Amino acid sequence: MIGAGQAGQQICDSLRRGGYEDGLVMIGDEPCLPYQRPPLSKKFLTGTLDAERLYLRPASYYEKQNVELRLDVRVERIERTTRSLYLSSGETLAYAGLALATGTRVRPLDVPGAADAEIHYIRSLADGQRLAARLAQVKRIAVIGGGFIGLEVAAIARELGKDVVLIEAFDRLMARAVAPPVSAFYAELHRAFGVEVLLSTGVTAIRASGAAYTVVSTGGEYTVDLVVVGIGVLPNSEVAEQAGLACRNGIVVDEYARTSDPLIVAAGDCTWHMNGFLHRELRLESVQNAVDQAKSAAASLLGQTSVYCQVPWFWSDQYDVKLQIAGIGMPHDDAVVRGEPATRAFSVFYFRAGVLVGVDALNRPAEHMAARRLLAQGTALSATQAADSGCDLMALARA
Amino acid sequence: MPKIIYVDIDGARHECNVANGVSVMEGAIQNGVAGILAICGGSCACSTCHVYIDTDWAERAGAASDIEDSTLELAYDRKPLSRLACQIEVSAALDGLVVHVAQNDG
Repeated sequence: MIGAGQAGQQICDSLRRGGYEDGLVMIGDEPCLPYQRPPLSKKFLTGTLDAERLYLRPASYYEKQNVELRLDVRVERIERTTRSLYLSSGETLAYAGLALATGTRVRPLDVPGAADAEIHYIRSLADGQRLAARLAQVKRIAVIGGGFIGLEVAAIARELGKDVVLIEAFDRLMARAVAPPVSAFYAELHRAFGVEVLLSTGVTAIRASGAAYTVVSTGGEYTVDLVVVGIGVLPNSEVAEQAGLACRNGIVVDEYARTSDPLIVAAGDCTWHMNGFLHRELRLESVQNAVDQAKSAAASLLGQTSVYCQVPWFWSDQYDVKLQIAGIGMPHDDAVVRGEPATRAFSVFYFRAGVLVGVDALNRPAEHMAARRLLAQGTALSATQAADSGCDLMALARA
Repeated sequence: MPKIIYVDIDGARHECNVANGVSVMEGAIQNGVAGILAICGGSCACSTCHVYIDTDWAERAGAASDIEDSTLELAYDRKPLSRLACQIEVSAALDGLVVHVAQNDG
């Protein structure tokens, strides 16, 4: 396994469960045991959660399961003709089968002055630890990027009492993932909690100003102690590309998580994959995708075929609002709101050509769960039923 | 430290010492109990840490909150004593709690 994140861990588990008894080596470029990333932009930033509590498995698991961990080392090159991996440590490892779960890295902010400013990105445990420590020391922060990561950080920073300005280039928040009513709800929510939310605003430079930094934007200048940037991620596909594997905005795999080499599978954020549920190719950044696709990848390594065909789901915690997304609502041609946004508990149902394709549930876990069932089963639901709070969705899902 | 007893899907008993304040789910992960997946990491979003409370502990373990109750809707083979292990906080009052791990890896 190249990659020691959620997908790598799941491949490992599934191989052992599937009866694979030979040697397993998991290679990761971070120094710590495999861990959960989602809390890094959430509760972990409050500094009340020990790093050990993020570990996916205890150290003893790797001994018991006979999994050799190679941590803090990178794979520099895959040589497929000799089935060899060349590591940054100078070692060479031979493989009989290979799984790529290389994940993503953050997209850097590329404006004048960015290189010299205190900019925090959140991808690794070390990133989270650095930011958590600094948040305890500072008063004012700027968050660049109004996606999940940026908004989650803004929410935590407000809970910690920091002054927060959030700058988003697009005209609404989380534009890639949700419809305008949900974006509008979150803009209002963050403003109600005291975040200065700037939309349609570009950052043009960052200037040092004493011990602080001035973020220069099309909406004015903001002087802060540090800047958090969450403007998306890029797939780590270079090592696959250099090995001659097909790559296109990620490592290309089929619905069985197989790359263009029969000995090599790939899973998680790094894959451009054929999604059996959505019937199209895409890249998904989520725990669900990492775990479910990894199961198919492990099956393929074991010579079985297990199609990756699961309803995508995501979640985001901001203040007291839990957003749970089922399916992929974008793009859509109809979006129906169920419930009253002012109550901070409502859902949006997305339809494409009359078919339900996704549901955003805000503080409505029952509707999220019903939606996942409806989507998985392909149960017909009309926009009228979706909008009717009297229509029992779980009963419909169970029927 | 309170002791939590996990009975896995093969019937094996795991007696584990779990610190006060962590969840029954985390106790299982930290002690390598098979079958508790906890894909969402304990944010009550996935139902893959589904357990059945032993009948002897039904009252003391308490009931599921509304959110947990809704999330359990997705769990496989839900029963009256179904709970999500991530939503049960370990305390002295739960010393000796017995939970049976449900089928979480479908």
